[in-house]
Amino acid sequence: MRYLPKSDSERRQMLDACGVESAEDLFAHLPEAVRLRRPLHLAPGISEYEIVDYFRERAGENADGYASFLGAGVYRHYRPVLVDAVVSRGEFLTSYTPYQAEISQGTLTTIFEFQTMICQLTGMDVANASMYDGSTAVPEAAMMAARITGRHRALAARSVHPEYREVLRTYALHQGMPVEEFGYVKDSGVIDLEELERKIDDQTAAVIVQSPNFFGVIDDVKAAAEIAHRHGALLVVVFTEAVSLGILEPPAGADIVAGELQSFAISPSYGGPYAGIIATREKFVRQMPGRLVGQTVDTHGNRAFCLTLSTREQHIRREKATSNICTNQALIALMATVFMTVYGKVGLRELALQNTAKAHYLAGKLKPAFTGKFFNEFVARVGNPEAVNKTLLKKKIIGGLPLGRFYPELADSMLVCATETTRRGEMDELSDALRAPAAEEVLA
Amino acid sequence: MYPENFRYTKEHEWVLVEGGIGTIGITDHAQQELGDIVYVDLPKPGTRVEQGRSLGSVESVKAVSDIYSPVSGEVAEINPILADAPEKLNEDPHGAAWLVKIKLSAPGELPDLMSAADYQSYIGAEK
Repeated sequence: MRYLPKSDSERRQMLDACGVESAEDLFAHLPEAVRLRRPLHLAPGISEYEIVDYFRERAGENADGYASFLGAGVYRHYRPVLVDAVVSRGEFLTSYTPYQAEISQGTLTTIFEFQTMICQLTGMDVANASMYDGSTAVPEAAMMAARITGRHRALAARSVHPEYREVLRTYALHQGMPVEEFGYVKDSGVIDLEELERKIDDQTAAVIVQSPNFFGVIDDVKAAAEIAHRHGALLVVVFTEAVSLGILEPPAGADIVAGELQSFAISPSYGGPYAGIIATREKFVRQMPGRLVGQTVDTHGNRAFCLTLSTREQHIRREKATSNICTNQALIALMATVFMTVYGKVGLRELALQNTAKAHYLAGKLKPAFTGKFFNEFVARVGNPEAVNKTLLKKKIIGGLPLGRFYPELADSMLVCATETTRRGEMDELSDALRAPAAEEVLA
Repeated sequence: MYPENFRYTKEHEWVLVEGGIGTIGITDHAQQELGDIVYVDLPKPGTRVEQGRSLGSVESVKAVSDIYSPVSGEVAEINPILADAPEKLNEDPHGAAWLVKIKLSAPGELPDLMSAADYQSYIGAEK
């Protein structure tokens, strides 16, 4: 039976099968008060030509040709053409999550490669087949730490992406997991180790830090690990800018790494879809959420891939599963897989170096607010960021992210990002604009 | 097959009580139904358990099953061999592959459990 009937006779057939006179009868049990007794306010149908035209016009409203200095969790990086060539193949693009997983050896092979490369980048033993995104990976990591330690508190650095912390609080609300926060050092922008030491206790399951942190500053993961472990807690290290993994040391001392892969050839689209990851040490694998692909041999002794440790998952373990995630971002993770393959170890390092060089060139002109070492974004004090951005927009420059919304104490600052796609001319233009009389007027 | 000195639950656990300590395991029938056992999750010593409540789980290649405690009390000891050799549960479920020892807090619960004969007719009927 088709579920999208095209003709009256098909509709009649379906209604007869249901034993009702009309489609209206299907809603008869609903109280009259909640029934909508008028047509929806929808425009009448239009032709294909008009629809194409409409969307072309809307697409024309995109800020194409603008220089952008936005980062803060979503980064503009070059997407190698090979990415779309691979992910648009029908075998990948049209296949939904394989329920009879082992029949899709091609999909499982790409996921296995994905997990392998994520482990190489993060220095962890095992990575899952991906999470929805970085923000949801963080509470999953916190809950995982709670299961492992038998404790219930989470302690997150204020320099973790503010929206990730919001998602963490949302998840934690009904998990009986109090979430507390500790701050950063005013001058350097790195985590305040003294405050961490003061707030951690014997009920802390997870200490959550981000590096590079939300201010772009490379954080003191090692010191956080030492404090967390001394108090019997696990250290969760978050990353939002995956390209940084090409140059930074893997987060030594991390027990769980939770991150966002948008930087790896995933378009910075409003609302996603993106792909997150959770990676951990082998001894914690049974408490890790999400799917996991393993390598095995088939009945003929050939190398093959299978879903493994599925007994952690919801379709087998029901309410006792490690997580209610029972899927992965296969297609989006594949983009990241192709990206990592195209760049390779040397290429990714070069890319990361380019990002560092560009951002440091810009920082030479804008003067970062924090002294901590940074990767490809930094906080700049500009006075009135909203007014500055308004002025910049007229010059086709999208400025940095005003920070007052998330950090009242940084209301005079913006988070500025430069990647390999940022041109030197654009950076010069930004610093000129910030120095121009128009901007100074606004600042005054 | 089913020792006379054990008591049995409907969820296919057994308990042998000696001197206030109950040794707990899963029955031969349970291990057969589960198939190849790959992981056993047990509580830490000192954990308080209640009769009929889950005290851990047994994972086979096809399913995960809760272990329901036949008695109430405090976990005194867990079987150290199962962490590295969960397959022992398939080989010797009534002997070497016991799961936990519990210090009983309510010995009066024991008559609620089945005898070997009752258990055998129970699994016969279940089939």
